[in-house]
Amino acid sequence: MKVGVIRFPGSCDDIDAQQAAARVGEAVLLWHRERDLQGVDAVIVPGGFSYGDYLRAGAIARFAPVMESVAEFASDGGLVFGICNGFQVLCEAHLLPGALLANTSLRFVFRQVELEVVRNDNPFTATCEPGERLSIPVKHTTGRFYAPDDQLDALEQRGQVVLRYAPGNNPNGSVRDIAGVCNEARNVFGLMPHPEHAVDALTGSTDGLKLLQSIAAHARQPAAAA
Amino acid sequence: MATVAPGRASTEPRYRQLGLSDYEYELILERLGREPSPVELAMFSLMWSEHCAYKHSRRLLRRLPNTGPHVLLGPGENAGAVDVGSGMAIAFKVESHNHPSAVEPFQGAATGVGGILRDVFAVGARPIAVLDSLRFGEPGQSERSRYLLERAVAGIGHYGNSIGVPTVGGEIYFESSYEQNCLINAMCLGLAPHSRLIRSAAAGPGNVLVLLGALTGRDGIGGASVLASAELGEGDAEKRPSVQIGDPFTEKKLLECCLELLDGELLVSLQDLGAAGLTSASAEMASKGRVGLDIEISNVPLREPGMAPFEIMISESQERMLCVVEPERVGAVLAVCERWETLATPIGQVTSGDHLRVLNHGRPVADLPVHVLVDDCPLYDLEPVEPENGIYPASAPVLHGGEPETQVLLTLMRSPNISSRRHVFEQYDPVVQSRTVRRPEQADAAVLQLGDGSAIAVSIDGNGRRVACDPRRGAAEAVYECAANLACVGAEPLGLTNCLNFGNPEKPHVAWQLTEAVEGLAEACEALGVPVVGGNVSLYNEAPTGPILPTPVVGIVGKLPDAETAGRLGFARAGDAIALVGPYDPAYAGSELAKLRGAHVGGELPAVDLQALRAAHAAVREGVRAGRLVSAHDIAEGGLAVALAECCVAGGIGARLTLPGGFDLFGEAPGCGFVVSGPPEALAGFTIIGEVGGEALEIEGRLKLSVSELQAAYECGLPDLLERRC
Repeated sequence: MKVGVIRFPGSCDDIDAQQAAARVGEAVLLWHRERDLQGVDAVIVPGGFSYGDYLRAGAIARFAPVMESVAEFASDGGLVFGICNGFQVLCEAHLLPGALLANTSLRFVFRQVELEVVRNDNPFTATCEPGERLSIPVKHTTGRFYAPDDQLDALEQRGQVVLRYAPGNNPNGSVRDIAGVCNEARNVFGLMPHPEHAVDALTGSTDGLKLLQSIAAHARQPAAAA
Repeated sequence: MATVAPGRASTEPRYRQLGLSDYEYELILERLGREPSPVELAMFSLMWSEHCAYKHSRRLLRRLPNTGPHVLLGPGENAGAVDVGSGMAIAFKVESHNHPSAVEPFQGAATGVGGILRDVFAVGARPIAVLDSLRFGEPGQSERSRYLLERAVAGIGHYGNSIGVPTVGGEIYFESSYEQNCLINAMCLGLAPHSRLIRSAAAGPGNVLVLLGALTGRDGIGGASVLASAELGEGDAEKRPSVQIGDPFTEKKLLECCLELLDGELLVSLQDLGAAGLTSASAEMASKGRVGLDIEISNVPLREPGMAPFEIMISESQERMLCVVEPERVGAVLAVCERWETLATPIGQVTSGDHLRVLNHGRPVADLPVHVLVDDCPLYDLEPVEPENGIYPASAPVLHGGEPETQVLLTLMRSPNISSRRHVFEQYDPVVQSRTVRRPEQADAAVLQLGDGSAIAVSIDGNGRRVACDPRRGAAEAVYECAANLACVGAEPLGLTNCLNFGNPEKPHVAWQLTEAVEGLAEACEALGVPVVGGNVSLYNEAPTGPILPTPVVGIVGKLPDAETAGRLGFARAGDAIALVGPYDPAYAGSELAKLRGAHVGGELPAVDLQALRAAHAAVREGVRAGRLVSAHDIAEGGLAVALAECCVAGGIGARLTLPGGFDLFGEAPGCGFVVSGPPEALAGFTIIGEVGGEALEIEGRLKLSVSELQAAYECGLPDLLERRC
């Protein structure tokens, strides 16, 4: 499997994501000005503060040349995985539903949180069990997932809510404790926690590796080319 | 036009408004043989300020040892650097941003971080960690101190988080003497292959001077002289225009751009623009390289029109660097900068003389011999006099003596100086760059893996209250304490950086504090064999109510051969034995308990048996490295009882202890004692004092408290003071 990690000016967790993905496959960086995705099997939109996030988190990055290719790649069924700022970018790009608002504390929060896997019928949590707990850190100021109630009902009904913060672990006030959602086609996924910072016991936890292993397993399936 | 020294009488001569003394101005006239031009006068006022010239401290600082087998870059460069093996170097430095933060805490603290990051990547190292040492007034009594804390922490987080450098540690103390003069000291560590380390000396007449990064505006005009080199007082709000505004996004691009330029070997030298902006950067580069420079000021890209030449030369706009490039490589440099969307403008060239010339559309507006500007600033001897009486008021007592020890321990655990810093460190990203092996509250020092299996450890320490009691011993204690923190994770010190935060050195008692403290630092560094590779001095931290507590802040970087064996502070396994290690002979004077009882700031600090201290540090370090010790924690503020409680809270498990009758539970002897735990057979040779287990901390015949009660006191202490939900 070959994973491409986008590098915007202001990306901070791009190298972290590349190193984490390299544990399950080949991983390359994709420059924000380039449209060529270099034949990757999956794209990671990493964390950080793309373009400084001065207007609104992710609002500028969605217009980057590389994102045009990512949108096409996603509409062709390619796997796109947004982490933190990447989740914000994918919401701004309307590749994922909902929006990320300022944390209820109005502060940046770093915390090792417990997540609950809601579903595993998607390429991102396929190696997990529903109800399984994952210990993964969050670090953000703008991570409160929001969508109107009727949309949330529809998301849940269609199985698009993939990860929740475990009871007592919601760090930002996200509605219904939602930590990660996918699109209707289940090939685009975003989450606020940082699985790339949970891939090594030495630095904390290995639970985030399961998401990357799920992607790698999916990429190995012959049908994934469809 | 911006007034450079707001609030001062306009009838004073210009040089006095700019902070130069009559004597200094006479000296300038003599050295130049003429009157300086307005641009030259502005340049002198900054280069001859305390902040740039260290005129009251330079002679003292020569006392600090600065050589050692691991030292690659010593004092005088943008940051010091030590060898960490495998061809890699760690560059590091601590610097203050006190006065700007007292005026505008968010931007002051943010740009403090931005500045120290630039110092580190200016020597070619990628910043991999930030620590902060903060001081404020009493949060329980001062709304201003709560505001300064919250805004400074937000500013530090804003910059560090946004630029992708983890904030891995730090310390905070609250004392009333910091009410007007908060201290914001930021330390940065960077990693570089030896081959990428670069110096700032300009070289090669004909080479091109290229300015990188942000536009030059009027922000921070005169910051070094107006803010950093005078006491704070009335009208500080008017100084707000002197505080710089930070833009971490611009710096992030500048950082990546500079490292790519260095990796491509495209630069001759590199220097960051900090205090005194282009004036200081160009003068330092010329001075170190023994060359001259011509700067064409009309080429400097400006953020606002109509800036006067002197404003361009002294602007402290952030996120700028100056580099020297061979003419044939200018094109390649500009191409890398374009890729990173970083402005790059040739603004001058290296010349063979020794003059720094500033030209405006070809017309000279300044033409100064570099050595006069950089080296001829008069150095002043201090006139130290030990004060006969204490100069600091006692704190209001919250304990009166006679309380049960249970209550004393709980009061200490929730006290401002001891309680958990979670509220603060949760606002910082400690894990970006994937090196962080030990985060805050997991161990006494932060631990960062280097990628070859080894790791470095870093800690920052300094207790001004103890230095006020005895500047020599108190400053030495900061070194011992910091080294003890490193021992607890299994690291051996390689190098030290310090920031000397003091009051007005022209006052005899402050001069005495400074002189004694430097002597104490030097003695401790010599005793432990740790060289000082760089640092910073912040003087005039003084308000009408008096000086701050003398506050030398010490940061030490050390090495662990194996990241996997890095120590932890929390008790972990029921049945493990607990031992007390080290020449631990605690005393009441200068302790946190003494403060809470309203004792005067004074008394004799305990003497230290250096040979025993070194042996204890080595024993703990080796025990951790060998995996014999399951936990290790140094005994600091609040004494043995607090250290034990912290081990219980961190591990979520209790302990039962038996101590000799009359043992001083709350006295302190920083850096001298450790609480360690491990299998009983692994602790042979240490003094066993108890066993891990249960759900309470029980010291036989003295006190018993459940771990949950201790945890609640510890974790709610600071949020309660800040009126935050715990």
